[in-house]
Amino acid sequence: MLKQIEGSRAMAEGIALCRPEVICAYPITPQTHIVERLGELVKEGDLANCEFINVESEFAALSVAIGASAAGARAYTATASQGLLFMAEAVYNASGLGLPIVMTLGNRAIGAPINIWNDHSDAMSMRDAGWLQLFAETNQEALDLHIQAFRLAEELSMPAMVCVDGFILTHAVERVDIPDQAQVDAYLPPYDPVQVLDPAEPASIGAMVGPEAFTEVRFLAHYKQTQALRLLPAYAEEFRAAFGRESGGLLRRYRTEDAALVVVAMGSVCGTIKDTIDEMRADGVAIGLVTLVAFRPFPVEALRDALAGARDVVVVEKSIAVGMGGQLATDVDAALRNLPEPPRLHSAVAGLGGRPITRRSLHRLFRQATDAPWEGTHFLDLNEQVVGREIHRTRKTRRSGPTAENLLRVLAEPAREAK
Amino acid sequence: MDEQHVATAPAEAVQKLRYYQKGTFTVGNRLVAEEERTVQASTHRSNALTCGHRACQGCGEALGARYAVDAAMRATGNNLIAVNATGCLEVFTTPYPETSWQLPWLHSLFGNAAAVATGVAAAMRVKGKPHVRVLAQGGDGGTTDIGFQCLSGMFERNDDVLYVCYDNEGYMNTGVQRSSATPPAARTATTPALGPEPGNVFGTGKSVPKIAVAHGIPYVATATVADLHDLERKVTKAMSIRGARYIQIDVPCPLGWGAPSQDTILLARLAVECGLYPIFEAEHGVVTHVRKIRRVTPVREYLKRQRRFAHLFRDGRDDPRLARLQAQCDANIREYGLVGPAGEDE
Ligand SMILES: Cc1ncc(C[n+]2csc(CCOP(=O)(O)OP(=O)(O)O)c2C)c(N)n1
Ligand code: SF4
Ligand SMILES: [Mg+2]
Repeated sequence: MLKQIEGSRAMAEGIALCRPEVICAYPITPQTHIVERLGELVKEGDLANCEFINVESEFAALSVAIGASAAGARAYTATASQGLLFMAEAVYNASGLGLPIVMTLGNRAIGAPINIWNDHSDAMSMRDAGWLQLFAETNQEALDLHIQAFRLAEELSMPAMVCVDGFILTHAVERVDIPDQAQVDAYLPPYDPVQVLDPAEPASIGAMVGPEAFTEVRFLAHYKQTQALRLLPAYAEEFRAAFGRESGGLLRRYRTEDAALVVVAMGSVCGTIKDTIDEMRADGVAIGLVTLVAFRPFPVEALRDALAGARDVVVVEKSIAVGMGGQLATDVDAALRNLPEPPRLHSAVAGLGGRPITRRSLHRLFRQATDAPWEGTHFLDLNEQVVGREIHRTRKTRRSGPTAENLLRVLAEPAREAK
Repeated sequence: MDEQHVATAPAEAVQKLRYYQKGTFTVGNRLVAEEERTVQASTHRSNALTCGHRACQGCGEALGARYAVDAAMRATGNNLIAVNATGCLEVFTTPYPETSWQLPWLHSLFGNAAAVATGVAAAMRVKGKPHVRVLAQGGDGGTTDIGFQCLSGMFERNDDVLYVCYDNEGYMNTGVQRSSATPPAARTATTPALGPEPGNVFGTGKSVPKIAVAHGIPYVATATVADLHDLERKVTKAMSIRGARYIQIDVPCPLGWGAPSQDTILLARLAVECGLYPIFEAEHGVVTHVRKIRRVTPVREYLKRQRRFAHLFRDGRDDPRLARLQAQCDANIREYGLVGPAGEDE
């Protein structure tokens, strides 16, 4: 059914159709509307046979989900940013135990400085935790990915994170096709756990593992991710056949056929990038886009194939590994490493802490990649003047004070002067 | 479900006893009525924590866990799932591929056992198996320190979980460090017996049983491996109740306390008899029952048997801080009314 609906509410409707049995809720912007709506659905009785548990922290949220999942229930939770870090130990534990929990991540920056707006730092902080990490481009895809995530997670017995841009998707009201229950039931079979706590068949789960088997345990976790590389396109194809639309898979190409310059990005920014590409194409620039849906597993081969013909690749990402550069760029680099003639890679960090990524800036960035390529990481729309002043000041003054507050004061000056 | 395994209703009125073993006050099974004999005395006991585990000789935690889990299994007709925090109990019971546990058992993390147990209980409800009950267990560190937030959340929501804390008054699994359950003056690896005030600092620590009572949950009890009858009775009673329940058991640790393995029960008994470890029950925020001290013993008798307190008796002289510990015992005796008519148990 087509609905004009907020992204979070649409996702909640989709998640409810997956018949989760235990939902753990803890508030943090921008995912809160999702669990709020799920809470309503449980209270109203529309989502039956579901325990909605208001926990005292994100660490507890995921821990409750771990217990529920190990005891054979389909478990779901959602978080963002600080919440994901607060549950970090349980994030690794859930994947280590091989529990198919599905979690929505309403992507948001990580503090300090505290910032509630969108970027991908939170997802990146857990990129090595052994979860599937799928990025949605639109609200429709955000809903659809949850259905596919439950299927994939349960098939492989591993947890899955659906990454959804905070505010840009979670709070945007747009048209979303909400599937009906029969459709989802036909696509997503009931949870049939590979391991379960059951008094009829007592098993010990979570024993200590020493050097004699730890490597093998980790190898099998890695192997599962490679299995997911195979299953993701297959499930997306099945999804297309059943629901009549493209969602999920490993990656999507946009106008890459003859493209000399290919952009790689994840999430909602791909919409803006496509618009930019259309405009540049109209000006005769051979440019295209690869939208990564799967970040974990990282689709090395599919990406290599998609980028093999390009002369230049620009990675636009909403996150930075401080001291190194963009994480996505590093992974893309690894994928291109063994090509006989790898394209030149240009790494750009954009949209940190919610800074808008405009078509104008993207135009400039993409042209610069070929005309005046930069070394290392480019910070899109960096206010160099403010940064310069702060560096100068901290050199001059030992007790220079807190950086973030200093920057805000400097930025407020012109406005105050104008008054 | 084997009918023989189903416990009879918990004995509310405990049999008055006139005869017990001299010195130990132990009540032999042959002295009590059949229906009040211990779960361990029955050939139908489940051996929840079976032999072959790697605990130290005389480990109070192993003993306490064996009694607590067996009693909970009997009370539920073996329909029990255990969730274990990281710690000695977790490590010494599952040297995989061996496991001592004869019931479904999950270890997730150090600080989340209460929350994981909440999840298991929720799963049992949605799966239409509300008769399958959940027991969470951990050491004092995993309970009173790192797991405290999850514990309080589980209490406050009144989740259907029995949480058992095996209190050996320190982080034993990592080599005997101080926890918020470590008594004053005790030497641990992080409260060394050095300087003018050797050992753990006075005026620190917390009583989680009291905090549990303040949550107003249906059932809270302290227990001791010195009275396994009482321990079993409390676990059985706890399993007859729905909602959040907490039992904290004093479990001496020969290694961490610096005491001979054969003194575990003796030390546990002295901890009660000197008033340092009050044994009580509370329901819905109100203390309902206190285990009276049979013969009040000076705290000195308890302390002098443990190397962790050896600095209190250096050079054959009593450290003045002994008096502060005795004062703490006396305060407990007054607060809980631990001393009643002589020779009377209840
Ligand atoms: C988050 C985390 N911090 C620290 C540890 C290390 N650790 C494991 S067991 C343990 C001590 C456990 O003490 P307690 O809970 O009292 O149980 P005991 O071993 O004394 O029975 C510690 C500190 C850990 N596993 N996880
Ligand atoms: S260190 Fe203490 S608690 Fe741990 S196994 Fe040994 S006696 Fe038991
Ligand atoms: Mg301990």
